[in-house]
Formats: sequence, structure tokens, C-alpha cells
Amino acid sequence: MVSKKIRTQAVAAGIAVLALGLTACSSGDDNTAEPGSTSSDGGAASGDAISVGFSQVGAESGWRAANTKSIQDTLTKDAGFDLKFSDAQQKQENQIQAIRSYIAQGVQYIAFSPVVETGWDAVLQEAKAANIPVILTDRAVDTADKSLYVTFIGSDFVEEGKRIGEWVNDNVATEPINVVELQGTTGSAPAIDRKQGFEDATKDNANVKIIASQTGDFTRDGGKKVMEGFLQANPDIDLVYAHNDDMALGAIEAIEAAGKVPGKDIKIVSIDGVKDGMTALSEGKINYIVECNPLLGPDLAKIIKTLHDGGTVEPRIVTQDGAFDQEQAKAALPDRQY
Amino acid sequence: MTGLAQLTRHRLFWPIVALVVLLLASTLKSHGFLEVTVRDGHLYGAPIDIMRRSSILLLVALGMTLVIATRGIDLSVGAVMAIAGAVTLTQIASSPDPGAVSTVAVAMLTGLAVCLVIGVFNGFLVAVLGIQPIIATLVIMTAGRGIAMLITGGQITTVTSAPYKTLASGFWLGLPVAALIAGFFFVVVALVTRRTALGVLIESVGINPTASRLAGVRARTIIWTVYVLCALFACIAGFLQSSNIMAADSNNAGLFIELDAILAVVIGGTSLAGGKFSLTGTLVGVLVITTLTLSITVIGIPVNAVSLFKALVVIVVCLLQSPVVQHKLRARRRQAAPVPVEVPA
Repeated sequence: MVSKKIRTQAVAAGIAVLALGLTACSSGDDNTAEPGSTSSDGGAASGDAISVGFSQVGAESGWRAANTKSIQDTLTKDAGFDLKFSDAQQKQENQIQAIRSYIAQGVQYIAFSPVVETGWDAVLQEAKAANIPVILTDRAVDTADKSLYVTFIGSDFVEEGKRIGEWVNDNVATEPINVVELQGTTGSAPAIDRKQGFEDATKDNANVKIIASQTGDFTRDGGKKVMEGFLQANPDIDLVYAHNDDMALGAIEAIEAAGKVPGKDIKIVSIDGVKDGMTALSEGKINYIVECNPLLGPDLAKIIKTLHDGGTVEPRIVTQDGAFDQEQAKAALPDRQY
Repeated sequence: MTGLAQLTRHRLFWPIVALVVLLLASTLKSHGFLEVTVRDGHLYGAPIDIMRRSSILLLVALGMTLVIATRGIDLSVGAVMAIAGAVTLTQIASSPDPGAVSTVAVAMLTGLAVCLVIGVFNGFLVAVLGIQPIIATLVIMTAGRGIAMLITGGQITTVTSAPYKTLASGFWLGLPVAALIAGFFFVVVALVTRRTALGVLIESVGINPTASRLAGVRARTIIWTVYVLCALFACIAGFLQSSNIMAADSNNAGLFIELDAILAVVIGGTSLAGGKFSLTGTLVGVLVITTLTLSITVIGIPVNAVSLFKALVVIVVCLLQSPVVQHKLRARRRQAAPVPVEVPA
């Protein structure tokens, strides 16, 4: 019975994929073909609801899924928003296309999480020319012209790494320790900044020795694979610093396979605070997590309301990130939304 | 001297040298690298890790070898792995008793059924409609991850299920279960292709489909079969991969594994032009790639240089295998009359 259900789901999924592909093509045509009708739409929306176009990076991790949900749940019709949401599947050209279509539809605000840092000037110029304010969420763009966006709201990745480093200084590095680092995707802003922050915080502590550092691509499989190698190469690892929870979860598997106890024999610290990570923390397998808050929806809504009422906002808004040790995780876990 | 010359001319000589060099380099860096100890009642050590890690790539490369032998290629294997993990883990996660062997068995059968459909679809496009294999399998390569994402609802589905965990992390008779599974299928495929006429039929289809059809070989059925087998092996690889992390990560499961599998097949001496294939060669290719990945971490190659290091190793192995380069090297070594070049199949 169950198997039949799943099979039907899979077939339905296949059809849905095809349908998505088709609508994507046709919607592209619509936007260029009938700008008149879309602008009248925009006019109608300005009366009651604020129209917002949001282009998401993709759905690559649990963190991203929580981020998407927060935005969709906050910018609702009831709250006075008309949200147009699109998923770029980690491709810049999809995001540029989505932003262009939002401009053509005449939305009042555009928000997006840029998949990469560069290459946005042209499309942001178009938005500026159309007088549509742009808000960056979670990730920044690298541009000389700061007037292309109103504000960038998101976590401070360097600060996250620094807080991990400070916790390690205070709680673990009271005696000499060997640290291995699981880095995020090579070249990505969070990987560079979280590495930097940790190094800044621990550079004056002679007890902290980073003996190996390798990329695990922010994935569980990557974290496990690299950790297996670390365990082979280095018999005395005291602490794992993972740039995100998924890699820490992979490292837990590798440590257990090596017959050691994660959280005791080898301590683990990581960043993100997704549900699986918090669960592992409450079970004592991870020792400390600095949160990277994905719930940007309420802040985004507040910024748009402020701008809509003619107010101004700071060009850089840092979200408030929590931090959890094992006891705090146990207390916080039942109420976690992600 | 001639014995040595013959040895260096063997098509697997240089891949095996690469394997040995990588193992030696890792041992120099970490002296206990090749040590195998007993820990918690099973064998533990880098060689065991390599065996376990190789199992996923070996399964995928096994199917790929057969497909390539028919002059085809299957780019959809990574996406098939993602779908297999998504279907199976979604079902295990939604069942009332995720730890039951029956739940896991039913979920895996469902996964196999879905992958079977995909294999039949790929085979239909190639064998019946005559679409170029690279294009035909590109359909599932691009759409497959989307299907997997829809099944998991865009989330990473995590499960706790002891029987399922055994697949990748368990041990039987001291050896990793994953390696035993992959080894079992390797032996079965080797026996079936080499002890029956199937291997020869596959090669004949790869060398000349028209001629083999005229000779009475049912080329269409054979081509169809290899795509179905390839999807099924990818499905089992998907089980091992998702069991390894106990999660269905649709975005990353088996990402770019099709390229690693093709590389393993080519390092193993099977030509992309179809025809003769070598399963032993594929096994060596898989071991080279897995050892390379592990040794990068053990040797401590800087993060920014990882891709470059991999590329260098692969290029050197491919160059040394190239008939032209081998010929030139031999001609330099002993300035005698030209030696007949053995063209690797």
C-alpha cells in the first residue's frame, strides 16, 4: 500500500517537474508580452498590499529551507504583503532572470540572497532605474556602487567564527589542544569569514593548535569523508571546528566509526543551529553551536514597512544570533522552528 | 628486461603505480596509514576506509562500464542516487516503525522499483528511439534532482533506523557491509559477463551495432538491459550513500559521481568508443580515485590546491597510459627498431 503511494507521488513529482519547466518558459514570455497588464496589477497591489519579489538561492540545506519558510510565513496576504517567490536553484542567471521579471511586473520591493558576490551591477542598475528598492538578505554583493541596494540584512560570519573561538578559549583550550577544521565550500563568503573569525579569536592562545584544515563543502558526506582522513592522519585530535552543522553531523558519524565518543573524546563545535545539529547538541555529541539565524522574515517585513512609510534604514543590519551549549540546547529544542 | 617491458606495457600498470605511490605518500605522512587493527569487534584502518568508501563508486562504475562498452554513456547516475535516497528515506521516516527490518526492506524495494522505471526510461530513449545516450540520460541528470527535492519537500530527510544504518556503517565477519555488497555485485557481473556469452555480445554491440544485429545479436535488448542495470546499481549506491550519512541530501547525493565513474572506467582501460571492457580495470580505477580523495586529507594538501592536485594525478596517469606517449618513451629508452604498439582496448 505504502509503496503504491510513494510511486504515485514520484510520478506526480515527475509531472510536476515537467509542468514547472513549461510554466517557467511561458511566464518568461508573458512578462515581456504584456507589461501593461502587469503594471495595472502593481497599481492595484499598492492600494492594499505591498508587492515584494523575492529570489531565493535554492534549497541546498536545512538552513536555507528554514530561511525560505520564514520569509513565506511572514510576508503573507494577512500581513499586508503580496509576495512573489522564486527559487534560483543555485544559478546566478536564474536569479538575474527572476529579478528582471520582478522589474517587468512592477513590484514595489525586491529582496534576494545573491548566490555569488559579483556580477549584479547591470540588473541592479535596472532595478534602480525602475525606482524599485533592493534589499539583500543573508549574503552580500560585491559592488563599488553602494546605492544599488538599500540595505543588507544578515549574520556577521566573522563574528560567528570569533564567538566559537572565544568559547573554545574559555572552555576547552585551558590546556594544549589539537584542532581540526572542516571548512565550507572553498571561496564562499561564510567559509572565508568563519575561518578568519576563529583564527582571530584563537591566535593569541598558545594552547590552540590547528593541525589540519580541509573543505567538506558544507555537506554531511563531505564532513564525514574529510573527518575519516583526519582521524587516519592524526591520532590526537581534541576538537573539531565545523563551519556548519551538516559537516559536524558527518564528523560525528566518522568519529563513532573510529570507536571514539563525539563530544567527549573529541569535542565538536559548529555554526548554524539547524534542528539536527541542535538535537545532536542536546544529546551531547556536539559541544557548542553558534546560531546563524535563518528567520530573516520578520526583520525583512519590518524593513519593508519602514521604507514604505517613508522611513530610512541602516545600510547594514546584523541579525541577532544566539549561541547554545548542551544544557541550553535541551531547553531550547522543543520551541525551535527549524 | 622483456618481462619488465611487458609489465610496463600492461594497461593497468600505470594506474596501479599511481595507487601504490598514493598509498606510500600517505604512509610517509602518517606512519600507521596501512595498519589495520581490530576495534569494537571489527577491522579498522585506512585500507578498510578505502574499501568502504570505494563501494559506492564501484557500484556506479560497474553499471557505467557496461553502458560504455555498448558505446553509450549514462549521465543520470548521480540523480538516480539522489532519487533512491529520497524515495527510501521518505518512506522510512514516515513509517510508524522506522527501526523494523520489514519497513527498511519495503522502502528499499520501492526505491529499486522507482529506479527500475528510470532505467527502463533511459534504455527506451536510447535503444528504441535512438536518441544519443549523452542527451537521453541528460534528461534525468537535470530533472532527477528536482524530482528528489519534491519527494523530500526540499528538506534533508534524516532518519534513525538501525537496519538501514548497517548498510554503510555495519560490519559482517569483520568487513564493512558496504564493501561486501559492492564486492558481491562485482563478482556476479564479472561471472555473468565472462562465463556466459553476454560479455561478448555487449562488446559486439559496442564495436558495431549494425553488424551484430545482422549477425543475430539482439542489440536493442542488450542496450536496454545495460541502462536498466546501470540505474539499479546507481540505486544501490544511493542506498549506501544515504545510509552513510543517514539522511537524504537531494542536492548533494552523488553530485558529479557520473564524472568520477566515467574517469574510473577510462583509467581502467575501457575505451569510450565502446567495445572491449575490463571490470578489473574499473576496480583499479575506482581504488585510485578513492585513495586519491583520502590521501588528499591525510597528506594535507591545502584547500585551494585540492582540485589542481587531483587534476595533476589524473593527467599523469592518462598520459602514461596513452599509446603515443608509451611508444615515445620506449623508443627513447632503447634506441632499437620500433616496437609494435599495443593499443589498449
